[in-house]
Amino acid sequence: MARMKRGFGHEKAKKGTMGRLVKILFKKYPWQMILVMFCNVLAAASNFLSSVFIKNITNEIDNIVGVPNADWNPFIRIIIFMIIAYVIGIFASFLWNYTMAVTTQKYLNELRKELFDHMETLPIKYFDTHAHGDIMSIYTNDIDTIRELVSQSLPNLFQTTFTVIALLCIMLYYSLWLTLIVLFGSIFMILNTKFVGGKSARYFVKQQKALGKVEGSIEESINGLKVIKVFCHEDKSIEEFDNINNDLARVATIGNINGNILGPIMGNIGNILYVLIAVVGGLFIMYPDNIHNINAFGQVTAKSDLIGIVLSFLMMSKMFANNINNFAQQVTFIVMGLAGASRVFDLMDEKSETDDGYVTLVHIKYHEDGTFEETNERTRYYAWKHPHSADGTVTYTELKGDIVLDHVDFGYTQEKLVLEDVSIYARPGQKIALVGATGAGKTTITNLINRFYDIADGKIRYDGININKIKKDDLRRSLGIVLQDTNLFTGTVMDNIRYGRLDATDEEVYEAAKIANAYDFIMRLPQGFNTMLSGDGTNLSQGQRQLLSIARAAVADTPVMILDEATSSIDTRTEKLVQQGTDKLMEGRTVFVIAHRLSTVMNSDAIMVLEHGKIIERGSHDDLIKQKGKYYQLYTGAFELE
Amino acid sequence: MIKKIKLILKSVREYKKQAILTPIFMVGEVALECAIPYVMSLFLDKIEEMGMSIQFNVLLPYIIGLVAMAMASLLFGVLGGRTAAVASTGLARNLRSDLYKKLQSFSFENIDKFSNSSLVTRMTTDVTNAQQSFQMCIRIVVRAPLMLIFSIIMAFINGGNMAWIFIGIVPVVALGLIFIMKLAMPVFQRVFKRYDALNESVQENVSAIRVVKSFVREDYEQKKFNTASDNITKEFIKAEKILSFTNPIMNFSIHLSNVLVCAIGAKVIYDSNKTALTIPQLSSLLTYGVQILMSLMMISMIIVMLAMSLESIRRIAEVLEEEPTIENPENPIHELDDGSIVFKNVNFKYKEKAEKYTLSNINLDIKSGQFIGIIGSTGSGKSTLVNLISRLYDTKEGEIIVGGHDVKEYDLDSLRNNVAVVLQKNVLFSGTIEDNLRWGDENASLDEIIKASKIAQADEFVSTFKDGYKTYIEQGGTNVSGGQKQRLCIARAILKKPKILILDDSTSAVDTKTDKLIRMGLRNEIPNTTKIVIAQRISSIEDADQIIVLDDGHIDQIGTHEELLKTNAIYQEVYNTQTKNGGDK
Repeated sequence: MARMKRGFGHEKAKKGTMGRLVKILFKKYPWQMILVMFCNVLAAASNFLSSVFIKNITNEIDNIVGVPNADWNPFIRIIIFMIIAYVIGIFASFLWNYTMAVTTQKYLNELRKELFDHMETLPIKYFDTHAHGDIMSIYTNDIDTIRELVSQSLPNLFQTTFTVIALLCIMLYYSLWLTLIVLFGSIFMILNTKFVGGKSARYFVKQQKALGKVEGSIEESINGLKVIKVFCHEDKSIEEFDNINNDLARVATIGNINGNILGPIMGNIGNILYVLIAVVGGLFIMYPDNIHNINAFGQVTAKSDLIGIVLSFLMMSKMFANNINNFAQQVTFIVMGLAGASRVFDLMDEKSETDDGYVTLVHIKYHEDGTFEETNERTRYYAWKHPHSADGTVTYTELKGDIVLDHVDFGYTQEKLVLEDVSIYARPGQKIALVGATGAGKTTITNLINRFYDIADGKIRYDGININKIKKDDLRRSLGIVLQDTNLFTGTVMDNIRYGRLDATDEEVYEAAKIANAYDFIMRLPQGFNTMLSGDGTNLSQGQRQLLSIARAAVADTPVMILDEATSSIDTRTEKLVQQGTDKLMEGRTVFVIAHRLSTVMNSDAIMVLEHGKIIERGSHDDLIKQKGKYYQLYTGAFELE
Repeated sequence: MIKKIKLILKSVREYKKQAILTPIFMVGEVALECAIPYVMSLFLDKIEEMGMSIQFNVLLPYIIGLVAMAMASLLFGVLGGRTAAVASTGLARNLRSDLYKKLQSFSFENIDKFSNSSLVTRMTTDVTNAQQSFQMCIRIVVRAPLMLIFSIIMAFINGGNMAWIFIGIVPVVALGLIFIMKLAMPVFQRVFKRYDALNESVQENVSAIRVVKSFVREDYEQKKFNTASDNITKEFIKAEKILSFTNPIMNFSIHLSNVLVCAIGAKVIYDSNKTALTIPQLSSLLTYGVQILMSLMMISMIIVMLAMSLESIRRIAEVLEEEPTIENPENPIHELDDGSIVFKNVNFKYKEKAEKYTLSNINLDIKSGQFIGIIGSTGSGKSTLVNLISRLYDTKEGEIIVGGHDVKEYDLDSLRNNVAVVLQKNVLFSGTIEDNLRWGDENASLDEIIKASKIAQADEFVSTFKDGYKTYIEQGGTNVSGGQKQRLCIARAILKKPKILILDDSTSAVDTKTDKLIRMGLRNEIPNTTKIVIAQRISSIEDADQIIVLDDGHIDQIGTHEELLKTNAIYQEVYNTQTKNGGDK
């Protein structure tokens, strides 16, 4: 399979991502969020109060020291208040931490499930046009960055904002001039956050991208390692890798340096600010008559209160700086988290496959007189149940497997038609073969029959019913498909074959394996049918995997079967055995066969030769040989098929 | 494990300077970080003490001192931040480079041991983990304990015996944290395993979406995924619940120490009338208390991070420790005498433990310049047989003599340059066609490239491309067809001017006519080169000098087309299925 180029949709988060993220959070967990916010505020307040208490306590001690038989009660009262504030603080901080952690996990779980559920409803087109690695990384990297963002950065952001605003109010209450100095200092802090923090975040996003490139390069090299070896190309390939590796190291270094120095810069801006406040505060104290300290309401402070105000301002400026620093440290997480969330939302906003079908597939059982009725038991017979909205009646049509493509046009994009005026008549029980070069449109035809893609013009009829009227699930349930790229799932061999029909008995699975000629090799596996397959069945050969996927389709026992290069990796001898099995299985049913090897298609009832999206020849093998056209050339080896 | 960590640290190399400087800068930063609050408290005392009669000349030394210390701390912080970043990302770079080099030195036997996707993860995610924990180590491992020690010392200097309160609380906190980590670690490890399962499920669904949709298994897959996701959530919540006790424990101990210091301190101050302890000393004690506990917190965090990255370190070391199974001999031979090949009683199996031999009792005598065909069903050992010739695998039993010497006596590059293999799984690399062909011979002239392409019947279609030999091949060679890819790969091998040319099922997507033209070209243009062709199609090998029929790892028979058609059952059967008579049955 062609590996698509990695393309990160966008590095920057779309506008409104944060709002959407928070909105979902509040909608789904309103009480938890209120609790978290409330406790968050409590915890912040308790933190703040604790420094006030300590100041009061030292004052109180100062008052009683040297006083014989001093009254300890005020002191004890403060201590008790302090303990109460602490206890509340501890509980509040525990509660919000706990609630947030649990809520985040629940949130992510729902997000993941919603994402996956939605992904399963997307049309094939989405998967055909997006690199698989990119889709994967939404589930791993992006969800992970959201976890960081929701559980850490958001509460932090909230607490910081709350504390900073509260601090500013108190500061303004005490002194306008000193507050202005703090604000002056915070300009530098914001600049630092913006430039140093922003640069760090930007380069971490770049690092993500560079990492993807390194990954691609390693993959290419591992896949081609045998070629590298036989051509002694090791040194050259090391040299090439070093270049990409150096690029990654460069952006990683810049990102890390900026991330690392953000804190020290911030801390020391805080230290300088501290000194500055002390100096200005000192001036107020020194010249109380010349320079007046006023608060935000324009009140002039009494001389006796000046020292107390300057001292608490110093304390508050420290808290202020700490809070801004906390926020700055989160910038990287926020930027990366939002970029991740943006990609998650993009996937969630993809349009699902639409299905307006109303004709459903039901099992039927026949009466002796040849009439039939709908039944809930599993029989080998099906009918299409066709409700008519006009008069409210329901009609049944026996499922026979008669498929007609009537002047069908199709293109994956609007500009270019891949199929032009294709007509195919597959009668029940016939075997229809599609032959042609790569890109001639063979697989496209099967994609249209099961409605992975919708046709642009013309009609496809299934037992006389327009397939647009058939419910997609039921349509697909009636078609057994074996693809060239065999995909197996983690699980036992038994599980994998049973994937075709979940309620199949063990015996039915064995039977299907025998039809596909897979039984023998399965029995030779270490644990037979219970052998675990992992990583898409990498422990099996390509041929063996094809046999398994044929068995999987055989157990589904569908009235129509599509074999798309299903035996391409199986040697001609084994293929013959498989064919005998499937021929028996498909007796009286319709089969579409796509194959490269002519020996696979020779015994078909009708062979369609496709070229550039058009059927150029049709007929049985003998007819076509007699025609001495393209098929004849192919058969005699005068023409190349790719 | 220590050995593995050491092995990884070896890759620091040119960044050793930065790696050593970082902790030194950190010492400076920590010292200042502890001193600044101390000086600040002295400064405050002075302000309070002077009250309204404040004098600037008294405060000036403090102001200058504080600003200078802030500048110094900034300097240390920035320098340390830089060196830490440079050292850790440098380590990561070197590790990736070392891993890549190692990978290139691996024999196929080595590679078969690791799965492809695991090698990619090891070189990306695992290295990033190692980078982060290394940075953490050189920055914080020094910083946190130092901070702890400094703060404790300062607490004793300032508060005398009062500092014992912290010494009493520290072990309680430490125990509490260790207990939490102990409980949480195994849960986290389970979480990571479950994550793998979840990712696998997504990966399978993304790549097998056609199967899922064809069998209408969306609901089934959703259920499967939901269970996997729920499982992770359950475990993760368990871990988070345990971890959410950390903060309260820390807060509790900070607060407890505050209350104790205040209460006992007040008593001491009162009883001794400020001689045993002063009020400013009391406030600085409180500050150091917070620092002590914070540094403990940091230490516990590092321990968690390190524990989590140990698995990554193990996985990286596993690759670095892997010894290449095939290496150059001492005093290697650089020249092949000719293109002859002799197999003497060769038995081969891929894994020591495998019960069955993949090849058994192989005896061959191929003269230089002969055309040899090999045929046999899937899994009969055809590719294995030819892989032994260029020593892609080593055999333990029997002898393989190429060009007059045992393959194990040759310089590997010389051997492989003289034995050109066109592999079954053809790979072109991203780059132009010309770039790709030059793999065969870096210095080939354009004429030589065209000549080789003509032999391989590739020139014809390349010249129809708009950019000719400068046409860009996408990664994985997706913009040329299978048959075109095969012919380019053959041309690439011909350019090497090898003594032996092996085509391993490499014309399967080429039509019979072109196939024939290629064979004729090889026969006429490079007559002295020994040619070995593995094929599914009889027509590809029927005019070979010798045809080897392989069956289940044995040589069933060797002979010409006519001989085999008369006497060999397998050959007859294959022949019949491939001709008209057999096809219609």
